[in-house]
Amino acid sequence: MTQGVGGGGAVIPHEHGFDEITILWISEGMSCDGDSVSMTASDQPAIEDVVLGLIPGLPKVNLHNKVLSPAAGGEEFLAPYRAAARGELGQPFILVIEGSIPNENINGDGYWTSFGNDERTGEPLTLNWWIDRLAPRAWAVVAAGTCATYGGIHAMAGNPTGCMGLADYLGWDFRSQGGLPIVNVPGCPIQPENFMETLTWVLYHAAGSAPPPPLDSLLRPQWLFGKTVHEGCDRAAYYEQADFAKDYNSPKCQVKIGCWGPVINCNVPKRGWMGGVGGCPNVGGICIACTMPGFPDKFMPFMDMPPGGSLSTLMIKPYGALIRRLRGITNATANREPKWHHNGPALTSGYNPRWRPYGPADPRRQAARERNKP
Amino acid sequence: MTATKPRPAAAKKRGELTEMAWDPITRIIGNLGVYTKIDFANREVVECHTTSSLFRGYSVFMKGKDPRDAGFITSRICGICGDNHTTCSVYAQNMAYGIKTPPLAEWIINLGEAAEYMFDHTLFQDNLVFVDFCEAMVKQTNPSVLARAEKTAAPGRDVHGYATIADIMRAYNPFEGEVYKEALKVSRITREMFCLMEGRHVHPSTVYPGGVGTMPQPTLFTDYLSRLISILDFVKKAVAMNDDIFDFWYEALPGYEEVGRRRVLLGCWGAFQNPDVVDYRYETMTHWGRAMHVTPGIVVDGKLLTTDLVDINLGIRILLGSSYYKDWVGEEEPFVNFDPLGNPVDIRHPWNQTTLPDPGKRDFDDRYSWVMSPRWFDKGSGEHLALDTGGGCFARLYVTALANMVDTPYVKSTGRSVLITLPKSERLPETTLEWKIPRWSNALERDRSRAYFIAYAAAMSLYFLERAMQRVRGGDMRVFTDFDVPDEAIGCGFHEAVRGTLSHHLVIRDRKIANYHPYPPTPWNGSPRDSYGTPGPYEDAIQNMPIFEENGPENFKGVDIMRAVRSFDPCLPCGVHMYVGGGRTLKKIHSPMFGASHG
Repeated sequence: MTQGVGGGGAVIPHEHGFDEITILWISEGMSCDGDSVSMTASDQPAIEDVVLGLIPGLPKVNLHNKVLSPAAGGEEFLAPYRAAARGELGQPFILVIEGSIPNENINGDGYWTSFGNDERTGEPLTLNWWIDRLAPRAWAVVAAGTCATYGGIHAMAGNPTGCMGLADYLGWDFRSQGGLPIVNVPGCPIQPENFMETLTWVLYHAAGSAPPPPLDSLLRPQWLFGKTVHEGCDRAAYYEQADFAKDYNSPKCQVKIGCWGPVINCNVPKRGWMGGVGGCPNVGGICIACTMPGFPDKFMPFMDMPPGGSLSTLMIKPYGALIRRLRGITNATANREPKWHHNGPALTSGYNPRWRPYGPADPRRQAARERNKP
Repeated sequence: MTATKPRPAAAKKRGELTEMAWDPITRIIGNLGVYTKIDFANREVVECHTTSSLFRGYSVFMKGKDPRDAGFITSRICGICGDNHTTCSVYAQNMAYGIKTPPLAEWIINLGEAAEYMFDHTLFQDNLVFVDFCEAMVKQTNPSVLARAEKTAAPGRDVHGYATIADIMRAYNPFEGEVYKEALKVSRITREMFCLMEGRHVHPSTVYPGGVGTMPQPTLFTDYLSRLISILDFVKKAVAMNDDIFDFWYEALPGYEEVGRRRVLLGCWGAFQNPDVVDYRYETMTHWGRAMHVTPGIVVDGKLLTTDLVDINLGIRILLGSSYYKDWVGEEEPFVNFDPLGNPVDIRHPWNQTTLPDPGKRDFDDRYSWVMSPRWFDKGSGEHLALDTGGGCFARLYVTALANMVDTPYVKSTGRSVLITLPKSERLPETTLEWKIPRWSNALERDRSRAYFIAYAAAMSLYFLERAMQRVRGGDMRVFTDFDVPDEAIGCGFHEAVRGTLSHHLVIRDRKIANYHPYPPTPWNGSPRDSYGTPGPYEDAIQNMPIFEENGPENFKGVDIMRAVRSFDPCLPCGVHMYVGGGRTLKKIHSPMFGASHG
C-alpha cells in the first residue's frame, strides 16, 4: 500500500516500507545532462530493469526523467512535479537533482536556469523555486554528479552565476521526510554503476528491506568513495617502484604528469567506467579529481604534477630504485627453467631410485623375488 | 533573410488561432520549450517560438585559465557529446601550440569519435526520436495510419524480420518494444567501444593536446573489433527499419514532406582527421580539411558553396538578436585583426567576441534568450545565412556526397550519394548501402540520414582499425607529442559534434586563455532572430508547417511538431532561445497526455 504525502505532513511508511514510489528527476540545474546520459550506460543494474520491476524486493518505481520520458513534454510531463510541489502527489517520492544550484539572488529580474513556467504569469520558474517546494516534501533527496553535490565546473573561480552544490543550498544538516541526509553521488559525470547501485540501495530502503545507505561526512556512499584512486589503480605498482611516466606515451604511473590519484576518493580504476571497461589512470587518463568538493580549482592546471607529488616521488625513489633492481634479479631467475630439462643421455633431475615404485632395480622387487622362490 | 521557399498556398482564410505550448520538451538533452499558434481549421502551424533558458558562462570563467585545461573544461559543456568538445579543443590547441598528433593517436581519436556517433545516434534515434513513430504514440495521434500500417507488408522484412510496418512500430514502444530494448543494449556496447579509446564516457579522460594516453596494445583493437562485429547486424537492420517506416510515412500521409521542411542551407565542419595529411597549421588548413573522412562544406539550395575551412572560419559571424548580453562591438578591443594568412578577421568573429552577460526578465518583446545568433556570411550574396546541420548526420552525408572527396575501402562518395559497405555479420550478408541526396531538407530525411550515418561510422571504424593495427604491428606505438605552451598564439578547431557543426576559437596571451569561444551546433540550429531579423532554423522549419495529427485542439498531442523539432537532434545545454511572433503571455497552455508513468 502507498501512503499519501500530506501538505507538508510526514510520510509514514508502513512497517514493511512502500510498495510503490516515484522518482522525480530534475536535470535543470546548471548541468550538461551528462549524469542522465551516464545513468543510461549502466547495466548493473540497468534503469530499464528497475523500471520494469525485474529486481526482486524493490518497490514499483514510477520514473520521471526528461531524457527518457515517453511524454511529449510540457504540462503532462510537469504534472507529477506540480502535484508534488503542492503536496498532492499522493505517493512518496525520491527527488534527484542534477546540475549546480545557481544563486538567483544576484541577477535582478533575470534568471540563470529554469524548469517550466509559472502557471499564473507564464514567467520561467527557477530551479530554486522547485527545490524550495520539493526538497522538504521528498522522502529522499539524491544529488547526481559533482555539479549537484559540490558545485563542480560551473562553480569554478571566475564564474558569473554564483552557483553551488545542493547541500550548500539546503544546508548540510538537511533531512528528508524519510529522515535521510542528502545522498551525494559525485563524479563528472557519475560512474553509471555507482549511481544505479546507490539508487537501488535507496529503493531497497524504501521497500523496508535495507537500512539507509552508509554515507561519509561529505554524504557520499562509503563503500564507493572510501578508498583512493591510487588504492585501486593498475599503475600503482609502478609508483611503489618509483617508476614514473614522463609523458603520456608511457604505461607507468602518471603522478608526475598530472595525476591526482593518490589523494582522491573514487573507485573508478577498480570498477572501470562501465562493465569493467575504461576508467581513468589505469587506461592512461590522468585523474583530474572530478569527484571531489575542491574540483576543479584545487587541481588546475590538470596536466602539471600535483604539488605534493614532488616530495612523495622523491622519498620513494631510493626504496623504489633498490627494490626494482632486486626484483629484476629475482625476475630473471624466475624466467629460467630448471637445468635438468634436457634430452641428454643421463637423468640429472636428482632422482632417487628408492622412490621409483617397482622399477627393475627396485630392492623391494628383488626382495619379493627372493620371497617367492619355491 | 533566410526564408523557406514559399509553399504553394491557396489564398486561405485564416481560421481561429489556438495557442499551444510544450515546455519542457522531453527526450532531448537540455531544456527546450516550444510555443505555437495553430490554425486548426486549416491544419497549419502559423507561428512558433522555442525557448530555452540556461546560462553557465564557459567563455566567462575560462578566461585567465591554463589553455591546456580547455579540453577537460569544455567537455562539460555537453553531457552527450562532451568528447566532441574535447576533440575540437585539442584540434584548436594543436594549432596554437604548433604541434601534430602522432598518426596512431589520430586513428585512436577517430575510433573514439566513430563510437560516439554510433552510440549517440542510436540512443537518440531509437530511444528518443522513434517514440514519436511507435505504435503506442501513433495509436493516439493517427489511428488511421496505424490501421494502414497493420495491413502494409514491410519491404525490408528479409533484413529486419518484421512482417508489417505496424510490427516495426510495436518494436519501438518505449521500455517494452524489442528494438527499443536492443537499442539500449547497443548504446552500451558502443559506449564501451568509446571507453576503450577515450577512457570514459562522456567526458574523456585520455584525450590531450598532442595526442592520447590510451595504450595502443593489440588487445585494445581486439576489444573494439569484437564489439563492432557484434553490432553490425543491428546497424543493417536499423537502416532497413528506418527506410520502411519513412517510405511508408510519405505514402500514408501525402504532403508529409512539408513537416519540418526548410530551404537547403547546410553546414558541416568535417570530421575524422587524416593523419597522412593533417599538420594543424592554419596556413595549410584548406588542404588538410579536405582530406578529412567527412568532408567540411556549406550547401546552399542544393549546391556546394565551399569546402574550404579557411573560408568557413572567416565567414562565421556572431550576431546578437534578442539575448541577455551587452554588445561587445564598440566596447571591447578585437583580439585578432588578421588570420595567419593575412586575411582580415571581423569584429563579430568568435576570436574577437567578448561575452558580457546581462541577465533580465523574459520579455518576448525585448530580450528572452541566453544564446547569441551564429550566422555564416556569404560574400557572394551578402547574406548572413542561418545554416542548419540537419541534426548533424544530414549535413555530413549531404556535403560528403556532393564534394566527392571521400574514398576509402568501405565508404565512397560518388558526387550524388555515399556508398557504405558493411562486411558479413552474424546473420546478414555483406551489405552495400547507398545514401542518396533526397529532394527535401525535412524531418523525415533528417531522421533517415541518422540511421545511415551510424552505418557510415561503423564502416569507417573498420578502416580506422585496419590503419591503426598496421601501425602497431609495424612497431609504431607513439601516441603523444610533447609541447610547450607559447606566450601568445591563436588556434581554431573544426569538428562535427554528433548533432552538427562544432568549432572552438582560442586566443592565448601570457600563456593563459585570453579568449575562448566554442560554437556548438545547437546555437546554429536553434538561434533566435538575429539583428537583421533572420529567424533561426527550428522556427523556420516549424512555422507554416502542416499538421497531420487526427486529434483536434481538445486532446492535441502535437506529434508532428515534436517530430520536426526532434529531427534536428536538439541538444540544449549550450542554452538556446528562439522566438518568433507577437510574444504575448500565453492565455492557454495545453500539452499532450501520453504515458504519464511507465513501469
